[in-house]
Amino acid sequence: MAGLEIVQSLINGVVYGTLLTLPAMGLTIIYAVLRFPSFAVAAHATVGAFAGYVANAVFGMPLLLAFAAGFLVSGLVGVLSDEAALKPLRGRGPLTVAIASIALTIVLENVLRFAFGNELRGYDVPLQRDWMISGIRIGPQQVVNLVVSVVLMLAIFAFFKFTRAGKAMRAVADNPMLASIRGVDPNMVRRFANFFGMALAGLGGMLIALDTSVNPLVGFRIMLPIFAAAIVGGMGSVPGAVVGGLTIGIAEQMSLLVIPPIYRTAVSFGVIMIVLTIRPAGFFGERGN
Amino acid sequence: MVNYLIAMLVTVGIYAVLALGLNVTWGMAGIANLGLAGFMAVGAYTTALVTKTFGFSIAAGMCLAVFASAALGILVSVGTLRLRGDYLAIVTLGFAEIVRLIASNETWLTNGTDGIAGISGPWRGQLSPVQFNWVYLGVTAALLAVSLLVCQLLARAPYGRVLRAIRDDETLVSVAGKSTFRFKLQAMAIGAGIMGLGGAMYAHYISYISPDVFRSLISLYIFLALTVGGTGNNYGALFGSLVLIALLEGSRFVFATVPAINAVQLAAAREMLIGLGLLLVLRFAPEGLIPERPKIFTRAATDITPRN
Repeated sequence: MAGLEIVQSLINGVVYGTLLTLPAMGLTIIYAVLRFPSFAVAAHATVGAFAGYVANAVFGMPLLLAFAAGFLVSGLVGVLSDEAALKPLRGRGPLTVAIASIALTIVLENVLRFAFGNELRGYDVPLQRDWMISGIRIGPQQVVNLVVSVVLMLAIFAFFKFTRAGKAMRAVADNPMLASIRGVDPNMVRRFANFFGMALAGLGGMLIALDTSVNPLVGFRIMLPIFAAAIVGGMGSVPGAVVGGLTIGIAEQMSLLVIPPIYRTAVSFGVIMIVLTIRPAGFFGERGN
Repeated sequence: MVNYLIAMLVTVGIYAVLALGLNVTWGMAGIANLGLAGFMAVGAYTTALVTKTFGFSIAAGMCLAVFASAALGILVSVGTLRLRGDYLAIVTLGFAEIVRLIASNETWLTNGTDGIAGISGPWRGQLSPVQFNWVYLGVTAALLAVSLLVCQLLARAPYGRVLRAIRDDETLVSVAGKSTFRFKLQAMAIGAGIMGLGGAMYAHYISYISPDVFRSLISLYIFLALTVGGTGNNYGALFGSLVLIALLEGSRFVFATVPAINAVQLAAAREMLIGLGLLLVLRFAPEGLIPERPKIFTRAATDITPRN
């Protein structure tokens, strides 16, 4: 029985970790290009969850279109809010911008709270019975979420590897000065990074909300795990975010075997402290220090 | 009405102490400590527990609160201070959440989400509520004065100059042979200790604390207070707290007059206002109402630099 429980936790961990990976990738992309840790990924995860909710439960769109709505709306809000609130502060150091990104998070979160209230909402999806495969429980929605995240992850990798815009983003992340000499417009690239980063956060938030519920705190609740995932993988590294997301997901779910569930957030904090003490640059962070 | 005004002044005083603590870490040393709510909570819970359970005096409870917060400040930052500042921001924010988790769940120690009620206040039993308010205003003023004195001495001493130099150019300071790590660790401990004092002052005034009081939003309030007042300037911390409370209380009355607004929306609108306020001040008045240095010195300094 104990063996089964461990396998079950491992599977839950992989599923949850894959969901975490999307916002963690978003955070790390923004960090690589804009050089500050944007706490606003939390708010945009919530924005994505609500955008998907409005598309799906209010306008009756199928889930696939709702995913697209969550992605696009949070990406657009990301670009607009950055232009309005954070961009003018960029000259004043990453810490000032990071603090401003918390203020921005509070503003966005409360706009949603004002409009939708605090109650827990759910998507309009049919209730499906979990599959039992030789004693292991798997939810159909979990499988859908897993597939969506993995497809998106692969798309992001392909984007960075093969497209001009992706290469431009990597160039600006590496050396903005050199990139601009070669004719890459850093401002456009920053906008791109913001759009993709926040869109990924939004989709991640929506997937997490599908698993739990839609409410104004969706993003804030996963903020520590997102940061932990990005730090474990190495801030600024996209493959690192995948490894980090899975690590945090599995660590958190496995820990539930031994600690009360309420302390699962503490696992992320513990992992952050350990990684920063032992290997501050994370698994893949070549520019961690 | 008078009672309400005194209560507000006490609140201003408590926020001013918290903002002074933030000014040591963020304003002087440039360390982004986002765990203010956590250090405040540690201070409040420490004094509440030792005065209630072990019968310590309020003064002893407050001293222990300062030490407990300062010790945790060191513990949290010792591993991360050597790294870049943004890591500390994340770690301290996480710390505040963990403190809240522990306060909510370790019921044997903290009574969980029900919180701790009946925390003693100075002569609370012998006085009428109005008299108690006056007494506590005096206590607050005294503690604020002590904190301000400590912070002013720090700021004026060579020690404060080193902190400001670390804030402005850390590499330069370490090239000059100073251990920036040690200075930053001390600044973190002093700042956290002062925040712990603020939390303890809150606990003995309100007489009731619960994990819900110490949400991370409080940290943003205090950042707003310090930024409005003038980051780096101790008097700015004082003045900014006054502005913050005026804004918080004023918005409560103004928004409540809007018809068809429910309690959740009212709270959301006020939180929005705080976030928006901080963004606007950061953008349009980054030096705050009382800038760290008067304009004239700044200009003189820039005039002299090229000649060196």
